[in-house]
Amino acid sequence: MRRYEVVFVLAPTLTEDEVETLTEGFVKTAKDKGAEVVEVDKWGKRRLAFRVGKHHEGYYVVVTLEEESATAVTEMERRFKVTDAVIRFLTVRTDLDLKRAEKFRERREAKRKKRPAQAPAEASEQRMEMEELGAAEPVLEKGEEE
Amino acid sequence: MVRRRKFCKFCAEKIDYIDFKDTKILSQFVPERARILPRRISGVCATHQRKLARAIKRARHLALLPYVAD
Repeated sequence: MRRYEVVFVLAPTLTEDEVETLTEGFVKTAKDKGAEVVEVDKWGKRRLAFRVGKHHEGYYVVVTLEEESATAVTEMERRFKVTDAVIRFLTVRTDLDLKRAEKFRERREAKRKKRPAQAPAEASEQRMEMEELGAAEPVLEKGEEE
Repeated sequence: MVRRRKFCKFCAEKIDYIDFKDTKILSQFVPERARILPRRISGVCATHQRKLARAIKRARHLALLPYVAD
């Protein structure tokens, strides 16, 4: 199963009800095409980082879904293109990256279990080191930038 | 001036997956000029810088982050 994250941004000129209906419609499209919708996350109205068309704001919706091949996703994208209310959209396949992240996490876990005696001492040592660094923001040494 | 040792924020906080929707983290690496902070300055490791850059670019497409300073 492939996992996709479909994000789309709707025009701020719509009413909450219209946003609701459009979202339902898109989710239904996905379901009809055989995808399993895991989550629908509505962020609500949010300020855009820059102007898109004439808009400064947009309704963000994140749909997480799973399916065997990208049929539902392609259909959703086709609909986004023909719907004027959708001002931006992005589909990202996330299962592979998440699996990799999981692998890293497991490897870390295994490493910690391997050396149970040493681990606590090491951890506190590391923490001290971090404190010494003053929990530094990575944005240091502005001078270097120029 | 004593230069502090840099370290990769993502390694330190054990973040394996950099989410393009997480503007809070991403914006720390996009200073006022709106350019992606080079790792020579931020200290982020190569692996995470690559993931970070991709996440920032995705976020930009969705107008979550700016392409240029306004």
